[in-house]
Amino acid sequence: MIEIVPALLAGDRRALARLLTRIENESPGAAEALAALYPHTGRAHIIGVTGSPGTGKSSLVNAIAQAYRAQGKTVGIICVDPTSPFTGGAILGDRIRMRDLAGDAGVFIRSMATRGSLGGLSRTARDAVRALDAAGFDVILIETVGAGQSEVDIVRAAQTTLVVDAPGMGDDVQAIKAGILEIADVLVVNKADRPGVDNTVRALRTMIETGHPVRRGQMTTHHGQVMHLEADPLPPVDDSMWIPPILRTVAPEGQGIPEVLAAVKQHRDYLDQGNHRHQLERHQVEFELLTRLEAALMARFLGALPPQAMTELVDRVRARELDPAAAVEALLKLPKS
Amino acid sequence: MDAIRVLIAKPGLDGHDRGAKVIARALRDAGMEVIYTGLRQTPEMIAEAALQEDVQVVGLSILSGAHLALVPRVREVMDAHGLNDVPLLVGGIIPDSDIASLKAMGVAGVFGPGTNTEDIIQHIRHLVPAA
Repeated sequence: MIEIVPALLAGDRRALARLLTRIENESPGAAEALAALYPHTGRAHIIGVTGSPGTGKSSLVNAIAQAYRAQGKTVGIICVDPTSPFTGGAILGDRIRMRDLAGDAGVFIRSMATRGSLGGLSRTARDAVRALDAAGFDVILIETVGAGQSEVDIVRAAQTTLVVDAPGMGDDVQAIKAGILEIADVLVVNKADRPGVDNTVRALRTMIETGHPVRRGQMTTHHGQVMHLEADPLPPVDDSMWIPPILRTVAPEGQGIPEVLAAVKQHRDYLDQGNHRHQLERHQVEFELLTRLEAALMARFLGALPPQAMTELVDRVRARELDPAAAVEALLKLPKS
Repeated sequence: MDAIRVLIAKPGLDGHDRGAKVIARALRDAGMEVIYTGLRQTPEMIAEAALQEDVQVVGLSILSGAHLALVPRVREVMDAHGLNDVPLLVGGIIPDSDIASLKAMGVAGVFGPGTNTEDIIQHIRHLVPAA
C-alpha cells in the first residue's frame, strides 16, 4: 500500500479512494501508508457537522461545500451513516443531497458506515480525514450519523464543530440537557423558513446564557469520567471563552451560508489566538492515543485468553454462580498463553 | 470481514426508484454497504461516485427503455476513470431481446422484473473476489 503514497500526494483520486478502503477495512499496509502520509497532514481546516436525524446536515454540508468552492478552496467530505446492528450492512445515502457537487474535481466525497462504532463516527474516520488532509484538500467536512444526545466523538476529530438543529425538534428542556449541544462551536438552526424557528433559537440562546458552556480543556472518556490528562507544559495564555453563535440557515436556498462560513473563520481565528489550537490538538491527540491503546490492549488480552475461557465464564454468570464483576476479575487472573 | 461496497444508481430521467430502493435494502440486509445516489444521475456522476466510493460493483436501475443508450455511456465513462475492473449490473424493464446486446457491452448481469433478490446477492458475491 505504501507504493501509492506518491500518487496520492500528487492528487490521484483513485489512489486516495483505494487507500480509504484499506483504512476502513484496517487492511495490511494501511497503517504503513498512514505513517508515510502523517507528516503531510495538519494543513486542512476540519469542520464537523452533527445534529439529530432530519435536521438537514447533508443539505447543509452541500451548501457549505459549494460556498468554499466559490472561494476557490478544495473540499473533502466524509459522511457517516449507520451500520445495521443485525446484518452488518448499511445504506449510505448522503450523496443524494450532494448532487450539486458532482463533477467538481475540487470536491471528493466519501461515505462511511459506522461499522459498530457508537460515538457518531466510524472508528477509522479520523484516519480517513488524515488521508484527505494529506491529499491536499483545504477544508474537510465530516458529517456524523444522525446524532441525538451523546454521540460526541466529532469533537475529538474536528477543529470547528457545527451542531445543526431545526424547528420542532424538541422543547427547551431538551436544549439544556448535557451532550451534543454543549459541543457546538457554531449552532445552526437549519430549515429556518419553517414555523417555530423563533422558539428554537430562543431555547438555544437560553441554553447558552444559563450555563457556561464547556471547559474545552476537559474531555470525558467513553465511560463518562472527566479525562485527567498530564499537566500541560503550556498553560492557557488567553482565557477568553468562545461563545457559540446561533445562525439561521435554509440550506437548499443557500440562505445564511455566508454567515456560517464567517463564523467558522472567526472560530478558526480564535483557535489561532493564544494557544487554543495547541490545547485542542493536545487533548485530541491524547484522547486518540488512549482510545487506540485501549483497543490494542483489549485485542492482545483477548488473543491470549485460553480457548473456551470466555464461554465458560458467560455460562457461570448466566447460572448466577458468579456476578459479572467477579467474572472479569477471574478473566484477569487467568494464565495467558 | 470486509463489507462488499456497491453503488446503486438510477441514470436517465425516469422517476421510478422503488426497484432501486428494494435492491438497496436487500443488499444491505445481506451485509453489504450500499451507496445510494438517488434519481437522475448522469453517466459522469455515476462514474465519479463509483471512483470516490471505491465500490466493487455498480448496479444501474433503468425503467425508461433508454438502457441501450445509457449503459454503454456509463461503461465508457467508468473505463475512462480507470474503473475497467468494476463490473456493471443492470436491472429494470429490460426486454429479453436486449440482454445479449447489454452483455456484449460488458454488462456482468441483467435482472428483470420478478428477479429473486437472493439471486442478485449471490451474483454479486460471485463477482467480487474475496479480499
